[in-house]
Amino acid sequence: MLDRRQFITGAGGLAGALAGSTLAGRRAWAQSVTLPFTNGERPLVQYPQKRALIKLTERPPQLETPFAVFDEGPITPNDAFFVRYHLADIPREIDPEAFRLEIDGKVKKPLTLSLKDLRAMPATEVVAVNQCSGNSRAFFEPRVGGGQLGNGAMGNARWKGVSLKAVLDKAGVQAGARQVVLQGLDKPVVAATPDFAKALAIDHARDGEVMLAWAMNGADLPWLNGYPLRVVVPGYYGTYWMKHVNQITVIDTEFDSFWMKTAYRIPDNECACVAAGSKPDKTVPIARLDVRSFITNLPDGAAIKAGAGTLVRGIAFDGGHGIKDVALSSDGGKTWNATQLGKDLGKYSFRTWQATVKLPAGAHALRVRATSRSGEVQPMEPRWNPAGYMRNVVETVHVEAA
Amino acid sequence: MRGMTMKRSLALVTILTLAVGMTAATLAKPVTYTLPAETSTLKQTRDPGYLKAEASCTSCHSRDYITTQPPHKGKEFWAAEVTKMVTVYGAPIPEPDRAAIAEYLGSAY
Repeated sequence: MLDRRQFITGAGGLAGALAGSTLAGRRAWAQSVTLPFTNGERPLVQYPQKRALIKLTERPPQLETPFAVFDEGPITPNDAFFVRYHLADIPREIDPEAFRLEIDGKVKKPLTLSLKDLRAMPATEVVAVNQCSGNSRAFFEPRVGGGQLGNGAMGNARWKGVSLKAVLDKAGVQAGARQVVLQGLDKPVVAATPDFAKALAIDHARDGEVMLAWAMNGADLPWLNGYPLRVVVPGYYGTYWMKHVNQITVIDTEFDSFWMKTAYRIPDNECACVAAGSKPDKTVPIARLDVRSFITNLPDGAAIKAGAGTLVRGIAFDGGHGIKDVALSSDGGKTWNATQLGKDLGKYSFRTWQATVKLPAGAHALRVRATSRSGEVQPMEPRWNPAGYMRNVVETVHVEAA
Repeated sequence: MRGMTMKRSLALVTILTLAVGMTAATLAKPVTYTLPAETSTLKQTRDPGYLKAEASCTSCHSRDYITTQPPHKGKEFWAAEVTKMVTVYGAPIPEPDRAAIAEYLGSAY
C-alpha cells in the first residue's frame, strides 16, 4: 500500500536514509538558480521524496518546481511537484493505520473514517492543475510582499480518491447547510495564530468533482503534498486543496476565519485587478484559475538557428472550461499563428501545444496566448492586485536567431 | 523456480528491513518525515533591531521569509509586516521591540 522506501523512517532506517539524502543534499546545496527578478537567487535543495527543487522558504517548507520540468510532459512528476505550507507545525509523523478523517457539524450521522474505509468506497480519478494563488507573484510590478514565486508554483497530476460528495452523502448533510470547512494536520506554532482552514460552498463540495485524494500519479501522495489524504478542487486555486485533511465540518453559516475573510481575497470585478499600487473597494474569496500558457522548451534568451524550422512547444490551462486554442506570435504580439494542441487529458489538465517557427537572423520576441472554451483570453498587459494573485499575462520569450 | 523467487523475496525483505527499518510486522507503525536543517540567515548588523529580529521573527518561520522579500521596500513596508505579524498572526513580539525590528529590516533589506 505504501512505498515505504520513500520515507525516512525511525531507528535503523534513519542512518541509511540520512546518509543518502545528506550526500544528495550537499550536492544540491552547492547549486542555486537566479529567477529573473530582483532578489531572485534561490538555493536548489533536495528534500526527502523530492528531486532538487527551488527553495523559497524552509520553515514551513515552500518549494518551487524548476521550470524545465514543465517541458517533460503534461503530467508533473510527484518528486518535482511544488510545495506550499502556511504554518510551521507541519506533521512529522503519521500512522496511516491510525489516521482518521472526521466528518462532523450539520450532518445526520457524524463519521470517523480510516484510509481503509475511504479506499473501500467507489474511487474516482481526475487530471487537474494545482496552482498557487500567488504563482508568479515576484513578476508583479510594483512588487508586492508575500511569497516571491517565479512560475513554478503549479503542477498537473492525476489524482485518485473518493468524491467529497460520496463522503458527505454517507454522513447525510442536514437541511440548511451552507458551507463545508476543511482542516488538515498542520498547525500554527503559537496558539494565537489562526489555524489554516478553508471553506467551500455546500453545493460546490457536493458537485461530485471535489475529491479526497490519497494517490497522485499512481502513487501515494508525497508527504509534502499532503500525505495521506488531501482535498482536490479541480479548477480552483491551491489554497482550497487542503493537505493532510483530517476534518470536514458542515456548517450552516459563512465560515468566519482569517483565511477566508482576510487572506486569499481578490478585487471583486471582472479582471480581479486594480490600478497598480491602489486598493480594491470590495473583495471576494479567490476561486477559479484564470487562463494561462507558457513556452516550455525555450528559455528566455535562447539561441535558435536562423532560417530553419524551430520547434516551439509548451502548456496551457484554465479554470475548468478547457483550452480552445493557443496562438503563437514571433513578432512580439503583432501577428499570431495557430498552434497544434496535444492530447486532451480533460478540462482541468495542462494541455500541451506545439508549433514550428522559421525566423530570420536577429532578435525576436515569441509570445503565447491561450483562449479557453469559455472565450477567456490572456491579457497582453499584466493585471495587478495588492496580494499578487492570478497573474496570467501573455508570456514572452526572447530568442536570438543566428 | 518458485523456491528461488521466494528466497529472493525473503532476501529482498531482509535487505529492505536493514535499509529502512521496516518490516511487515511494523506496517502499523507511524511513518515519519525529516526536514533538512535550516540554513538561511539574517544580515548581521550593529543595528539594535538585529538581535530582536533574530529573537522574535524566527520563532514561527525561517529567516528566508524575510530575506526573499522584494528589496528596498522601506521601513513602512516592514513596520506594516511587523504589525501584521502581531495583530493577525498573534506573534508575541514585545511592544518596545517592534519599531526597532522594523527599523533594522527597513535598512538591512
